[in-house]
Amino acid sequence: MMHESMSSLSAASTVGTSNPFPILELIGLRKVFGQQVVLESIDLKVRPGELVCVIGPSGSGKSTMLRCCNRLEEPSGGQVIVDGTDLMDRRTSIDRMRQKIGMVFQQFNLYPHYSALGNVALALRLVKKMSRAQAELTALDALNRVGLGERAGHYPHQLSGGQQQRVGIARAIALGPKIVLFDEPTSALDPELVGSVLEVMRKLRQIGMTMLVVTHEMAFARAVADRVVFMADGHIVEQGPPEQIFQSPIQERTRAFVEQRH
Amino acid sequence: MDNFVDQFFNLDLMWQSLPLLMKGLGVTLQICVVVIVLGGLGGLLLAVASDSRRLWLRWPTIVYVDFFRAVPPLVLLIFVYSGMPFAGVNLSPYAAVILAFLLNNSAYYSEVYRAGLQSIPPGQIEASRSTGMSRLQTMTWVVMPQAVRNVLPDLLSNTVEVVKLTSLASVASLGDLLYRADMTRSMSYNSSPIVLAALIYLILLWPLVRMVSRFERKQSQ
Amino acid sequence: MGGVQQFSQVFLDPAIINQYWPAIAGGLRVTLGLAAAIVVVGISAGLLLACLRCAGIRSLNALIIAFADIWRALPPLVVILIFYFGLPGIGITFSAWMVLFLTLSLVLAAFSEEIFWAGIRAVDRGQWEAASASGMRAITVLIWIVLPQAMRMSMPSLTNRAIAITKMTALGTVIGVPEILYQASSAQSFSGSATPLTMGALAYVALFLPFVILGRWLESRMNWRRH
Repeated sequence: MMHESMSSLSAASTVGTSNPFPILELIGLRKVFGQQVVLESIDLKVRPGELVCVIGPSGSGKSTMLRCCNRLEEPSGGQVIVDGTDLMDRRTSIDRMRQKIGMVFQQFNLYPHYSALGNVALALRLVKKMSRAQAELTALDALNRVGLGERAGHYPHQLSGGQQQRVGIARAIALGPKIVLFDEPTSALDPELVGSVLEVMRKLRQIGMTMLVVTHEMAFARAVADRVVFMADGHIVEQGPPEQIFQSPIQERTRAFVEQRH
Repeated sequence: MDNFVDQFFNLDLMWQSLPLLMKGLGVTLQICVVVIVLGGLGGLLLAVASDSRRLWLRWPTIVYVDFFRAVPPLVLLIFVYSGMPFAGVNLSPYAAVILAFLLNNSAYYSEVYRAGLQSIPPGQIEASRSTGMSRLQTMTWVVMPQAVRNVLPDLLSNTVEVVKLTSLASVASLGDLLYRADMTRSMSYNSSPIVLAALIYLILLWPLVRMVSRFERKQSQ
Repeated sequence: MGGVQQFSQVFLDPAIINQYWPAIAGGLRVTLGLAAAIVVVGISAGLLLACLRCAGIRSLNALIIAFADIWRALPPLVVILIFYFGLPGIGITFSAWMVLFLTLSLVLAAFSEEIFWAGIRAVDRGQWEAASASGMRAITVLIWIVLPQAMRMSMPSLTNRAIAITKMTALGTVIGVPEILYQASSAQSFSGSATPLTMGALAYVALFLPFVILGRWLESRMNWRRH
C-alpha cells in the first residue's frame, strides 16, 4: 500500500540525474546581520533527484543558508535560482515559488489548532485552490507516504515528536515541490524517535525527491547522501561524495570536524 | 430596616420604572454592539500596526494607544461632547458617545490583540509562509485563530469593561439604562430604580465575569 | 495656517491657560491624593482577600468569590450614584470624596484579589511542597515563598488594572468631587472656552502616561523572560 503510493509520486516528480540543469543554484550568496558576516560567497548546486547533506559546527551558517533558499531569510547579496527562476528578481512571486520549495523545520512548527490532515491540507486549499474534498484526498495521500494515514485525525499534541515531524514532511511534500529543504529535522527529537523520520527521508530519496538537508546525523549523511557539503564560518569549506568527506577529506578543517564527531 | 428596604428595594417603584429601564437597556446594548464590533476591529488593525516592523507605522500607533489608555473615558466623552462644539463640530449625543468610547476602547482591544499576536511563535509564520501562503492568509488562518484563543479571557474581560463603560453615556444625556434609572431616582427621591439598574447590569455581566475567571484558571494550569 | 491658529485659539488659548491653571493644578492634587489612597487601600485589601482564600475555608471562599464577582460586574458610576444619593435616605451620609474613594477601592480590591489569586495558583505546586517539607508552616510558606513569586507575576496586570481604575476618579465630577475633570468642566462653563478641557486632558496624560509606559515595560519584560 505504502509502496504503491511511493511509486506514484516518483512518476510525477522530476527523476533522472542526467538532467544537467540544477533544481537549486546558489551563486555568490552573502548574508550579513548588522556588522557580522554570516555567509560569504556561497556557491552550491543541487541537481534533480540529489540528496545533499550540509554538515558543520553550530554557528557555521548552514541553517541561514538553507533559509535563504526560500527567502525566509533575506539574502544580502548573490543569487538564488530555483527551477530556472531567480528568486531575488523583483518580478518573481515568492509565494508562487515557495510552492515548489518544501521546508521541514527543526521544531516541526505544526499548527496546533489543526489536525494532522488539516495541517497538510491548509496550503492545498488556500494556495493550490483545491476544493475541500480534493485537498483532503491529496493530504491523506501525503500522510500515507509518511506512514501516518491512520493518524490523520489526530492533533499535534496527540502525536509523538517523530510523528509530528513526519506530518511536517507530509505538509512539505503534499504541494508537489521540486525540492525539499530540511533544517535539522531530527535535532529536537528523542534518540529513539530519530529513526522513523530518517526512514521516511530515505524513502523519499529512493523515489527521486530532491533534498537539501542540514543535519547533525553523520551516519545518515554518510549512508544516504549523494553529496556532503561541509561548512564553517559562513563558507563552504569542502564538498564531495560522502566517502571523500568522511574518509579522505582534502581540507584539514573537514578532517578535524569529522574526526571529532566519530 | 423598613427605611432601608423602602430606599433601596421599593418593589412598587421598581415595577413602575421597569419598562423605562428596559428601553434604556435597549440603548445600552445598542451602544455595546457598535463599540464592541468597531472597537474590536479597530483594535485588531492597531495591533497589527503596532507589531509592524515599519517604524513610521509602529510608533504613531503606540503613541495613540498609550495616549488613549492614559486619558479617562469620561474626559474623552466630555471633550468630544462639550469641547468639540467650540471648534464648530457638533455631534449628536449618540455620535459623541460612540466616538469617545471607540477612541478609548480600540486602544484597549489593540493591547489585548497585540499580546495575542506576540504569543505566537515565529516558527508558525515561517511554516505557513514556506508553503506559499501569503501574509494575509497566514494572518487569517494560522496566526489569528491561535492568538484569539490565547487571549480569550482578556478579550472577554475587555468586553465586560465595554458594557460597564456605556453607563457613562448617561453623562451625555443619552437615554441609556443608567440615565433613565437616574432620572427616575431624581423624580422619586428614591434609589430603588438605580438598584434595579445595578441588578440588570449584574444579571448581564455576572456570567461573563465568572467565565473570565474560569478561562483564566484553565490557562494558568 | 488659519486653521491651526483657530484651533489653538479654541483649545489652547494662552489667556485662558493663564487664568485657570491654578484651578486645574488644584484638581490634579485632589486626583493624585484620591489615586494614591485608592491604590494603597484597594491593592492591600485585594492581597488580604487572596491570602484568606488560600486558607481554603469553603464558606469564606464563597463570600470572597461573590464579592469579587459583584464588584467586577457593577459599573462604578452606578455604585457611586447609589452611595451618594441613596445612603443619606437611611441616615448615612458620606462626603462625595469618601463615596468615590470607597467605590473605587472596592472595585480595585475585587480585581486585585482575582489577579493575586491567579498569581498564587500559577506558582508551582512543588514550591509549596518543598517549603512544607522543610518544616515551614503554611502561613510562612505563603508569605516568604509563594507571595513574592506570585506578586512578580501579577505586576503587569495589576499595574494596568490599577491605572484603569484610578482613571475612574474622573467620575467624581458627576457628584462634585473637585478633581481634575470637575475643575476643567466648571472652568469651561465659566470661561466659555474649550481650553480648560484640553488642560484637563493633558493633566491626566501627564499623570497616567508614565504608568502606562511602566505597565508596557513590565509586560515586555515578562514576555521576554517567558521565551
